[in-house]
Amino acid sequence: MTPVDLLGQALNGLAYGVLLFLLSVGLTLIFGMLDVVNLAHGSFYMLGAFAGLGLIAATGSFWAALVLAPVVVGVVGALVERTCLRPLYRRAVLDQVLLTFGLIYLFEDVVKWIWGGRIRSIPGPALFSGSVKIAGAAFPAYRLFVIVFGLAIAVVLWLVIERTRLGSIVRAGVWDAEMTAGMGIDIDRVFTGVFAGGAALAGLSGVIAGPIRSAYPAMGSEILVVTLIVVVVGGLGSLKGSLAGSLIIGQAETFGKAWLPETAMLIIYVVMALVVLFRPQGLFGRPLR
Amino acid sequence: MRLARPGGFVALLALLAVFPLFAGNYPVKLLHEILIWGVFAMSLDLLMGYTGLVSFGHSAFFGLGGYVAALALLRWPGATAALLLPAVAAALAALVIGFFSIRVSGVYFIMLTLAFSQMFYAVAFQAEWLGSNDGISGVPRPVVVGLSLAAPRVFHLFLVGFFGLAGLALWRVVRSPFGHVLRGIAENEGRMAAVGYPVARYKLLAFVIAGTVAGLAGSLFTQLNGYVSPDAFFWTTSGEALLMVILGGTGTLGGAFLGAAAFTLLQSLVSSYTERWMLILGLTFVLFVLFAPGGIVGVLRGRIGLRA
Repeated sequence: MTPVDLLGQALNGLAYGVLLFLLSVGLTLIFGMLDVVNLAHGSFYMLGAFAGLGLIAATGSFWAALVLAPVVVGVVGALVERTCLRPLYRRAVLDQVLLTFGLIYLFEDVVKWIWGGRIRSIPGPALFSGSVKIAGAAFPAYRLFVIVFGLAIAVVLWLVIERTRLGSIVRAGVWDAEMTAGMGIDIDRVFTGVFAGGAALAGLSGVIAGPIRSAYPAMGSEILVVTLIVVVVGGLGSLKGSLAGSLIIGQAETFGKAWLPETAMLIIYVVMALVVLFRPQGLFGRPLR
Repeated sequence: MRLARPGGFVALLALLAVFPLFAGNYPVKLLHEILIWGVFAMSLDLLMGYTGLVSFGHSAFFGLGGYVAALALLRWPGATAALLLPAVAAALAALVIGFFSIRVSGVYFIMLTLAFSQMFYAVAFQAEWLGSNDGISGVPRPVVVGLSLAAPRVFHLFLVGFFGLAGLALWRVVRSPFGHVLRGIAENEGRMAAVGYPVARYKLLAFVIAGTVAGLAGSLFTQLNGYVSPDAFFWTTSGEALLMVILGGTGTLGGAFLGAAAFTLLQSLVSSYTERWMLILGLTFVLFVLFAPGGIVGVLRGRIGLRA
């Protein structure tokens, strides 16, 4: 493998890592704050891709879809939190597993109903349809856009969470939701907001993934496991961990496929198993109580 | 009540045994699936309901039993290949996976077991000698004590017998002093450790027993269908077993079996009427959680005062 190939793979891994980050950041915050293992999080990614497909067909513009699809998914997320999850916060984890598993089936079938079960390609924006020369090799411009856009979102999220009042409420909620409520914060609204926000980010990930990875109903349950791995590797409830985990898993899977195609699928599971065994709280999680 | 339960179990087995005399091929096939998934779900319930270990990787043993049976039956179609080898392989795998997994708890236990089962999936999916994506097909049914299980009636009785023995064995386990220690661990692990029980060893043994039974169920699933594919290892297989247990009501072996029956029947019933079976199944789960916590057994207990 030449240095140029190496760079190409690294960029592919980075684009994939960015998609994983947008997914995992919501999952990790939802887990940290609401104590909910949201198995339906992958479904929001899938819904985002299909909402994008529908909106591109309706408006003719990728950019309109990029803005509107996350809003649609965010609203779906808010509804799910209000109607389904709210009654479950004080109940056993297994109830949440059953419920969110049910939601996977439900969303997947609704999408099949509307769009059919086929793989659908999503047209990328014309602006980034070409390729860019990097160190003498052509690299798809759209992937570069994904990388830059995703990292920009990461910076904005970091600023919001670390530097604003809203962000400090979210961080306090992740640390101890009950205590935060005791401080006079309307924690119910924060829960809904975080869940909807996480869903919207997963939807955003789905839209921008569309032109690279296409849209198909099973895409959600496929990416869910990888996202869970990212969250565990990075540390539950940690924004930094989610970013680090995404980038590590993105590179591990991309390079695994290029170098060791026979065992590529194994690599990310081995990475996770090692992290759970030797650093159970994840790279940036707080120590287990 | 105490005497009625073994009596009821024997009556159920007798009913299951004569079922093919009254029913067509399709209901019998469904019953076979229910029996196998029922055993698989009961073995998972030993972990979830009795020991407090929520495993999301139980498919590792189901799939391993299935693959070992497929490979072995193609060479020597006898009882050793059909039962002994899959059980031993699953037990060994459970010993190794359990050794690592029980060191963590809660979500981490869920994720670690999930990771281990997905490793098996990855290997089965990519290994040429395991048929890669397509799996292994054309697996013959074995000849056990001179009887060929290829005959449908014989195979049916074999399955019912297997279900009866597995159910009895698990029931004996959860009723034994060992089972009570497991329940104590589920309730309050710290207290059990403080009283002096070697908690880790108890958990590991429970994990190995559950894995072994799951491996046997996997082997029978291969014998039922004549093939095995990587799907047996995939996380949704673990997920479905988990759903069955929750649907039936955790911590009751009968509930796990009822959950398996309800899941299988619902899936086949709804899919025969409409293409939208996933939608209806998903909706059922959601409504079930919201309005019937405690599973089928919980509903029965509440409505007609049935006690487990």
